[in-house]
Amino acid sequence: MVIEAEGKTFAALNSEVRACEDSEILIKNCVGQRYIAAGLSKKSLAIEGTPGNALGAYLNGAKILLRGNAQEATGDTMNGGEIVVCGNAGDATGYAMRGGEIFVRGDVGYRCGIHMKAYKEHKPAIVVGGRAGSFLGEYQAGGILIILGKDVKGSPVGNFCGTGMHGGEIYLRCNALPKLLPAQVKAERLESLPEGKVKSLVQKWCELFKEQESEFLNSSYFRLIPNSENPYKQMYTVN
Amino acid sequence: MSMYIQPEYEVIRNEQRCINCRACERQCANEVHFFDPKTGKMNTDDAKCVNCHRCVCICPTHALKIVRSDDTYKVNANWSKQTINEVYKQADSGGVLLSSMGNPNPLVSFWDKMLINASQVTNPPIDPLREPMETQVCLGKRTAKIERDASGKLKNTLLPHLELKVPIMFSAMSYGSISYNAHASLARAAQELGTYYNTGEGGLHKDFYKYGKNTIVQVASGRFGVFKDYLENAAAIEIKMGQGAKPGIGGHLPGTKISSDVAETRMIPEGVDAISPAPHHDIYSIEDLRQLVYSLKETTSYKKPIIVKIAAVHNVAAIASGVARSGADIIAIDGYCGGTGAAPTRIRDNVGIPIELALAAVDQRLREEGIRDEISIVASGSVRSSSDVVKAIALGADACYIGTAALLAMGCHLCRACQQGKCNWGIATQRPDLVKRLNPETASKNLVNLVTAWDREIQEMMGGMGINSIEALRGNRLMLRGIGLTDTELKVLGIRYAGESI
Repeated sequence: MVIEAEGKTFAALNSEVRACEDSEILIKNCVGQRYIAAGLSKKSLAIEGTPGNALGAYLNGAKILLRGNAQEATGDTMNGGEIVVCGNAGDATGYAMRGGEIFVRGDVGYRCGIHMKAYKEHKPAIVVGGRAGSFLGEYQAGGILIILGKDVKGSPVGNFCGTGMHGGEIYLRCNALPKLLPAQVKAERLESLPEGKVKSLVQKWCELFKEQESEFLNSSYFRLIPNSENPYKQMYTVN
Repeated sequence: MSMYIQPEYEVIRNEQRCINCRACERQCANEVHFFDPKTGKMNTDDAKCVNCHRCVCICPTHALKIVRSDDTYKVNANWSKQTINEVYKQADSGGVLLSSMGNPNPLVSFWDKMLINASQVTNPPIDPLREPMETQVCLGKRTAKIERDASGKLKNTLLPHLELKVPIMFSAMSYGSISYNAHASLARAAQELGTYYNTGEGGLHKDFYKYGKNTIVQVASGRFGVFKDYLENAAAIEIKMGQGAKPGIGGHLPGTKISSDVAETRMIPEGVDAISPAPHHDIYSIEDLRQLVYSLKETTSYKKPIIVKIAAVHNVAAIASGVARSGADIIAIDGYCGGTGAAPTRIRDNVGIPIELALAAVDQRLREEGIRDEISIVASGSVRSSSDVVKAIALGADACYIGTAALLAMGCHLCRACQQGKCNWGIATQRPDLVKRLNPETASKNLVNLVTAWDREIQEMMGGMGINSIEALRGNRLMLRGIGLTDTELKVLGIRYAGESI
């Protein structure tokens, strides 16, 4: 089913999406409507245009293909499913994500993957083709963040990457470690991507955006993980 | 621990009564009691005692009592023992002081300085035992417009509401900060009472989904446990912006309380301190708050009222005005005496303002702006009795949250050691051997008893005022008079001095 978004409020558009019985939906001429597909579980959406903030918030298994740029808080508290952004995504992409995958062809803004969590089989992941802004993976408690830094000169991340990180992993495709890494983070250099989940995520990103796999698999990466089992404990004294 | 700090309490054992049954030893998770084989007697390490009274209550021969040590520093009115000890602790550890439960300092309680009216001669009192008395309240927007369909029938334009049989709900206490059995007790009691308990920010254990109709789920900055089913399952969703015990500070759950079950519910690593940061990183304005409110409404198809909880701070009235315009249905305001599982001592004791003043200021401001019906108000932060509830409602609240009082009903002894995770009463702990000490059947009954008793008392006080519906008490400040208050305090509270007539 095709839904024409032009001139519609977010409430009208979203209620149409919820009411639609087709499993595949195409939204055309999207102009800033927020919360598209919020909490959606089964459908598959393609969007043309520019959706507003909180695209796919609390997404619960649905798939979204966005042929354009996303604004802020894409995949906020997403629980499952997939969001593919063919352009750039804004700040707080994947805020408190707890499942599913987000693939961004271009760049993401500040605080991507903040509060990302994981538990056993629920392991969220974000793969960014370009560059990420400051505070990537802030308070990260689980999951995987991969920044591929394609065509980026200099560091693929801004400052304070991994501040407050206490779980999960960040992979940065670059040759030099970013400056101003916080004390809670430990970095290790990898000459190529190891077999497993991370590699298959990068392969999927290449397939989605028709990029050469070899360019991304055989590059050097930095893997960032938290360096303490309990980074905050020593800060407090019982009173 | 610094060698300078001496035990605060002494465990006194009546040697003649003690039968060496060692129950105290088994019951004390702080390991205060031990059997000395050399003397064949029980002995104690007072330094470990938090004065939770578990041993005193459990001792079959009443051989134990705990007294405050009379050991003293050189008396100094400016430097109290507590203050000196805090300096020692910080000099020893370099750490931020972390405390549990509400502010224990002797602060002004405005509840205690307000008196309730009663009818005499004219407008006679009502006897709640013989006449109907309405203490049920609905929380949510009261701005529905009357619309009719083509055939002239009324359309249902009512927005989602919470229906409370009593104007009291259990405030947010997370699974993690309190135990599984404590959550079970609150959930059961809420169901039986026809009111609501609040999951706090730690998510909802799957076993408690069955209490959904009586559950308020919280969405805090850490977004622990937040997903579609959690939101769908609840009767209402509360966005936690702040908490009275620690305004401007996020949540802090010590790693010792992150058991595997808690880790699963929160989706974080086991044993690592869980930090919810002070801000929501996507909220910098009322417009941003509105975005979170509407993302939750969209996700739950506009079927759930949204609560925004804020701490009572200096500009609370202006903030509440913004919250009322954010699309939220209910605002919860938490005063500076509110409890917590863990908060930096300095924040707890010095930041925020009393709920009585905040509540009066908010109600006044919303009325002046003509938006009081846009939002219901829930007051919390040391509501200790039914008379506090009556006074809160007369100051403008629609209902109250109780936290500490609910914990006390379950057996908490206010020893303020929640953060250590070794609660001997099975409430603020995740240790299985301690958790099982709290029987949800008994504890939920105690909670039901407490709230039922308060409800009766509220009815008595309402009847005395000649009021038979709690709606008629809300914001009815003529029912309150102040004593021992300054002109400014009276002005902020919007009440007259005792003896002053209308």
